[in-house]
Amino acid sequence: MTQTPTRPQTGTLVEQFEFGLDAPICLTWELTYACNLECAHCLSSSGRRDPRELTTEQCKAVIDELERMQVFYVNIGGGEPTIRPDFWELLEYATAHHVGVKFSTNGVRITPDRAAFLAASDYIDVQISLDGATAEVNDYVRGPGSFDTAIRALENLQAAGFKDAKISVVCTRHNIDQLDEFKAIADRYGATLRLTRLRPSGRGADVWDELHPRPEQQRVLYDWLMAHGDRVLTGDSFFHLAAFGESLPGLNLCGAGRVVCLIDPVGDVYACPFAIHDNFLAGNVLTDGGFQRVWQTSDLFADLRSPQTGGACSTCSFYDSCRGGCMAAKFFTGLPLDGPDPECVQGYAADALAGERQPPAPSQDHSKANPTRRQPVMLTLATSRPSAPPVSACAESPLAGFVPSQP
Amino acid sequence: MDGMLDEAWALSPSVALRPEPFGALAYHFGNRKLTFLKRPELVAAVRALGEQPTVRAALQAAGVAEQRHPAFVAALHELAAGDMIARRADATAPDHP
Ligand code: SF4
Ligand code: SF4
Repeated sequence: MTQTPTRPQTGTLVEQFEFGLDAPICLTWELTYACNLECAHCLSSSGRRDPRELTTEQCKAVIDELERMQVFYVNIGGGEPTIRPDFWELLEYATAHHVGVKFSTNGVRITPDRAAFLAASDYIDVQISLDGATAEVNDYVRGPGSFDTAIRALENLQAAGFKDAKISVVCTRHNIDQLDEFKAIADRYGATLRLTRLRPSGRGADVWDELHPRPEQQRVLYDWLMAHGDRVLTGDSFFHLAAFGESLPGLNLCGAGRVVCLIDPVGDVYACPFAIHDNFLAGNVLTDGGFQRVWQTSDLFADLRSPQTGGACSTCSFYDSCRGGCMAAKFFTGLPLDGPDPECVQGYAADALAGERQPPAPSQDHSKANPTRRQPVMLTLATSRPSAPPVSACAESPLAGFVPSQP
Repeated sequence: MDGMLDEAWALSPSVALRPEPFGALAYHFGNRKLTFLKRPELVAAVRALGEQPTVRAALQAAGVAEQRHPAFVAALHELAAGDMIARRADATAPDHP
């Protein structure tokens, strides 16, 4: 085991967070790799159910452990979590055990009945994924019919009296100019808009070059967030934009393995939902003595909690707020982890991106073997990988809705 | 001096405290707010609130010296604003000497 570095007795909260916590504050749990959709940018390359998926009993044991660790809430995603037959049962089990749930869904199972059930619970939050404010833009990446499915879910929730659903948008070059329209949709359904960053994770790696916002759009996004940020959630996903000047609200730090982590459908624990790769695999809840043990004693997490160097970023005057950006974005674009983010707004990654680089091969893929009629059309135009797939927690973002305050 | 010192307070019933190396994390199950208590004495004081007749007594029990009471009262007000702690209805402020 790696030697744990000594934690300072004082220091800011962010400095404390860098040394990790006894339990995560932003835990994502993907319940299944199965999905009805095949989104082009799915962060978890979902599509097919993994036969090793945790059973209902195993899931309940994980919830028991989260309760013991006082993990107060968990972000559930997938795949499409609601297509697990025991999904609603697990939801009730979690909330009965003091683990609040926010789940991400494409809306497919949010029927009027389910909406009423959700409206009746205090501890469940629902997040509908929508990646375009029009069917045209949304369905381009999420597949035919997915816009209508999401809107129907929002209508059902509103009709049932569900308060404050979240609409989660992954920002791409096609929807940056729709930010006001997204806000209008959210207002129409009494929902809160949540914007997150497209990361080259999962199938996102295949389409990142084509979808990630252009440099001038980063500025548009930044200005929009500065103007509307108080009424929009971001899951703290845009701290690399802090290098435009002012920091955005939230924690400016990569929380991977420190305050953030992912439990995947087979119980593997990764440093971050956007880092599903062997390099960021800390252990497994079934074979490594449970989640607590993995979280508290894995070598990988000990490493991530030791002081990091800024590498090429350390001479940048924005390093304090930008911190070199997102580890997963660097890793999956084949950039050095201690250098600038691929979307460095000061332009320091441009040369490295243009030069020779070797993005890592995926270490797993649950994409459907054969595309279905749900496949977004862009895939056939844009990528070399024939299979397409689905998605969902497309937007699970670390530290979602989390407002640090420190009396 | 702030009137709060002589009042009876307690951790809100919907709040749970989770110990952390730097202090504690407080989570409110109702409004889903997460707050960090960065000083161990503040954690001790917040835990003592419900057992002590007054805020002053809770601060004393937590070993907070009197000259630091104003700073702690300010922190408690901030916690109160987020409904992390609440005034206890069952107790009345004692007449202190
Ligand atoms: S910055 Fe990137 S790697 Fe770090 S926690 Fe956020 S998404 Fe994960
Ligand atoms: S050089 Fe590094 S720290 Fe500076 S803005 Fe770019 S990514 Fe951020």
